[in-house]
Amino acid sequence: MTGEITIALSKGRILEQTLPLLAGIGIEPDPDDLSGRKLILGTNRAGVKLVVVRATDVPTYVSYGAADLGVAGKDVLMEHQGEPLYEPLDLNIARCKLMLAGYAHRPLPTRPRIATKYVNSARAYFAQRGSQVEIIKLYGSMELAPIVGLADAIVDLVDTGNTLRANGLVPLEEIAEISARLVVNRAAMKLKHDAVTALVDGFADLVELAR
Amino acid sequence: MKTDSWKVPAGIDDILPPAAEQVEQLRRRLLDLFHGWGYALVIPPLAEFTDSLLAGMGADLEEQTFRLTDAISGKSLGIRADITPQVARIDAHHLHVEGVVRLCYFGSVLKARQDGLASRRNPLQFGAEIYGHGGWESDVEILTLMAAALDAAGVGQSLHIDLGHVGFYRALVASCELSPALEHQLFDALQRKATPEIVGLLGQVEMAAIQREMLQDLCTQYGRSERLAEVRTRYQAAGADAIAALDELEAITRHASRRIPDAEIFVDLSELRGYNYHTGLVFAAYVPGCGRAVAQGGRYDQVGASHGIARPATGFSAELDTLIDLVSAPTDRPRGILAPWTESEALLMRVAELRSQGERVVYRLPGELAPAIQCDRQLSEIDGDWCVEPIVEQG
Repeated sequence: MTGEITIALSKGRILEQTLPLLAGIGIEPDPDDLSGRKLILGTNRAGVKLVVVRATDVPTYVSYGAADLGVAGKDVLMEHQGEPLYEPLDLNIARCKLMLAGYAHRPLPTRPRIATKYVNSARAYFAQRGSQVEIIKLYGSMELAPIVGLADAIVDLVDTGNTLRANGLVPLEEIAEISARLVVNRAAMKLKHDAVTALVDGFADLVELAR
Repeated sequence: MKTDSWKVPAGIDDILPPAAEQVEQLRRRLLDLFHGWGYALVIPPLAEFTDSLLAGMGADLEEQTFRLTDAISGKSLGIRADITPQVARIDAHHLHVEGVVRLCYFGSVLKARQDGLASRRNPLQFGAEIYGHGGWESDVEILTLMAAALDAAGVGQSLHIDLGHVGFYRALVASCELSPALEHQLFDALQRKATPEIVGLLGQVEMAAIQREMLQDLCTQYGRSERLAEVRTRYQAAGADAIAALDELEAITRHASRRIPDAEIFVDLSELRGYNYHTGLVFAAYVPGCGRAVAQGGRYDQVGASHGIARPATGFSAELDTLIDLVSAPTDRPRGILAPWTESEALLMRVAELRSQGERVVYRLPGELAPAIQCDRQLSEIDGDWCVEPIVEQG
């Protein structure tokens, strides 16, 4: 138990951009595990494992201690409810923006309907502005909602803005800057202090170098 | 017939055999332990007026408290979500003692919401408190007693204790003259040790370089207790109150390490759990296999003030069911003696005698299957005497 470290990563962009960082601190996943469909990847470092989970599940794995560390987007962390995780480091990867987007020349009605996957963040944003909105939770293809009249605007992650443009939408307001954060389980930070701190410090040095 | 009458609300559980037996055994061990340390048991009520239940405790407890209306007084009643404030009320109002009072308690609490990782809403809480002593010595005693209680529960090996000091943070923030809004955001980021966010927050305001540095570094002031000397040099400019808090923390750490030599003791100056009502030392105990603290506590000198009498106070609490979850259920076969159903006077007397010696003796009812009774021995009549002999396992 004491020496074992499990790191939770999510498939896709975060995994791709975290692997070079891991390599930078001397952790490389087993190439056979990586190319296959395995969800637990062994590494060249004894006692260090990677688990590949859905992005929204990373905070859950880490908060219950099923993983000691994790890499999660700030968007996911802002939606995470319950006991907060430690977020000691901005890894400065998988950068994008959480934005309100809609039609350029159509002002929003007084009580607009907003389609989003980020219900808590959207609610907090509009509450802070003092606007009343109706939030519609969707799991994907947010851009479709205004087109078919399901919503007046959307709250979603915007990277290049290509998907928005292709669907005739424009960014209206920026809600938050998003990037991937290193998160740490509270108990692991204490019970596996030396191993965890060594990893956090290793990542911090790499992020500093990349700046 | 209603088919869902067996359902219980989310987060509310029955404790079944054999865990219930374990819980009860542990409860007895703990109360004996507290008795041996001179702590008097109090049994506060399940519900009381919300006003007194929440006096001086802050918003977190308010959200966790179930309320109902008292049919007699028309006032709001709360079901306790934490026993500590009730014990503080008892000390302030009933005991009228000037000097030191040591109290302990055990009971069910009910939480309105599922609290992060704690999936149970009706845990069995126990704890111990010292009133009327403001020095660090009482904090050391409480820490030592907490470690002894965790030991009695069988989770004392590889114990990790985190110590923080709310007074240090208060003094530091006061010396930096932050706006309440910024302080609130800073507090939130500190709980997540989110250094990048703290740097961003402090970047928005004008302040002296030394103050900015002290606040930015707060999250990293975490580690083995030897770090305190370094922290002291680094936070020299934080003012006399902050330094006094560090000195207090240093004394507590030194004496607690001697009394609890097997525990790993860390200091964490950004850990501010219970900031609403704690005034000095705050602490939490962690053990392998549990993602959250198994016991916690601290000093809360002002809670009594809301009951009219400000008394220094320090204490700890923990949840018994969480501790039972961490130790494996006993695997050895339960001890017990099986007795046949009888009209024989001799056997009735023999059974009574064995029971008075502390043995578990179970009469086997006509038609009852012996293995279900779970005994390792049985009473057999040999030459007119009732003898205890082992049950021989068959095939």
